[in-house]
Amino acid sequence: MAEQHRFGNIVTPITCHAWNKDRTQIAMSPNNNEVHIYKRTGLDWKLLDVLNQHDLRVMGIDWAPNTNRIVTCAVDRNAYVWTQGEDMKWKPTLVLLRINRAATCVKWSPNENKFAVGSGARLISVCYFESENDWWVSKHIKKPIRSTITAIDWHPNNILLVAGSADFKVRVFSAYIKDIEKTPDATAWGSKMSLGNLMAEFPNSPCGGGWVHSVSFSPDGNKVCWVAHDSTINIADATNGNVTYKLRTEFLPFLSCTWITGNSIIAAGHSCIPILYTLSSNGQLVFNAKLDTSLKKEIGGISAMRKFQSLDKQARTESNDTNLDSIHQNAITSVVLYSGTKENTTKFSTSGLDGQMVIWDLVSLEKSMQGLKIA
Amino acid sequence: MSATLKPYLMAVRHTLTAAMCLDNFSSQVVERHNKPEVEVRSNKELLLTPVIISRNEKERVFIESSINSVRISIAVKQADEIEKILCKKFMRFMMMRAENFFVLRRKPIEGFDISFLITNFHTEQMYKHKLVDFVIHFMEEIDKEISEMKLAVNARARIVSEEFLKRF
Repeated sequence: MAEQHRFGNIVTPITCHAWNKDRTQIAMSPNNNEVHIYKRTGLDWKLLDVLNQHDLRVMGIDWAPNTNRIVTCAVDRNAYVWTQGEDMKWKPTLVLLRINRAATCVKWSPNENKFAVGSGARLISVCYFESENDWWVSKHIKKPIRSTITAIDWHPNNILLVAGSADFKVRVFSAYIKDIEKTPDATAWGSKMSLGNLMAEFPNSPCGGGWVHSVSFSPDGNKVCWVAHDSTINIADATNGNVTYKLRTEFLPFLSCTWITGNSIIAAGHSCIPILYTLSSNGQLVFNAKLDTSLKKEIGGISAMRKFQSLDKQARTESNDTNLDSIHQNAITSVVLYSGTKENTTKFSTSGLDGQMVIWDLVSLEKSMQGLKIA
Repeated sequence: MSATLKPYLMAVRHTLTAAMCLDNFSSQVVERHNKPEVEVRSNKELLLTPVIISRNEKERVFIESSINSVRISIAVKQADEIEKILCKKFMRFMMMRAENFFVLRRKPIEGFDISFLITNFHTEQMYKHKLVDFVIHFMEEIDKEISEMKLAVNARARIVSEEFLKRF
């Protein structure tokens, strides 16, 4: 079902986390300038390394599975690529992002030869390794971004990039670097793919509609899903003339979303529970299930004694309801695939402001919950 | 609880729950800064539409929200001069000690008696639902407190005048 994990005695929020290829190690940031690397030993987590090169809060971590490199970005406007030396220590390499505001999110491209960094400087830096100079250089995508980039995701073809921003828009850009890549094939999003070319732009709603918190390309790369601060979850389909479908939900805004199969999406956020949405055959999004099934423990009514105790302690008669009846006790900020790909996820992990990391097993959830079908 | 108080507090509670969905958001105007956007108001896309919930002319709550902070201003019922003075003194007493209250603002917004400023750092350290509870509890208690103080002042005045008039 769901395994709950805590790292040492960290109670601060987990800003973001990333897994290595075989899921034995996790890189996470405890809401400060450090990145901690933990190794799993049974039920315990052993601290292997602390990467402290940043001098302000780390905002994004991504671990490239095949090349085994970690990229981190932080509010101090820098990004580092970490490579593991022979002695198993991580060595940083500074990336010249050329931004003058906080970096907010970072993602390796599927081929792991470049990565994209979103920033508060209203631009996206696409970074790649220049072997002549032996450093990471970046190219900027600027137009027509009007506010902080909050989320990015790569298309499986290694060229296209989707970015959500605080100006209520989701944009699909081309991040083609002609120095290191051969000319890309046309996709459903278009064929003209010079760097920074705007392939598509979706306003979150016709009249504003709130900051976009997370974006995700579908496994085939033809659809984009995003969640925004107006508590909506949205899908845009490139094969169908960029039609968008919007589902308004009754939950608090979602902060993170990801595809887990070709037509299922997990979204989680301020409601503290991950929720499964399914794309029906006519292209509409429908609510499928709440994946957190934990029930509130019965306190057995308000006894007179408890009432007076509570009056004595906190000067009010309220029953003791400090804990939420969900596994996460505060907003979930990131959802990461744990096993499987976007095509066929079997487990995913979530972390949030309560300092917990939870691994959810979709297979056993599907078995245990009546009527739950993940297709 | 009177008939109008309950729906009033209910409306405030639901609005606060929705408004308190805050993110950690670095300033996009000044390098390496992180300021409550509801106070600096540097970018209008980062602010949400403010909401006023009012129970009657005097009692109302003004909730302004932004991407990383929410400002809650409360106007307390003041029926007569005594209540006005009591309210003013009481709020002054608390706001002078604002840093011990964490979420209290040192000055109220114009037209209101007291303001709270809740940022993402507060929601990270404290339970969000408990912060909402706190504001609601404060609103419930403040009326009670002021009317109790008013009674105490009146009772004391009565005794004082009685003592005084005994001499004649």
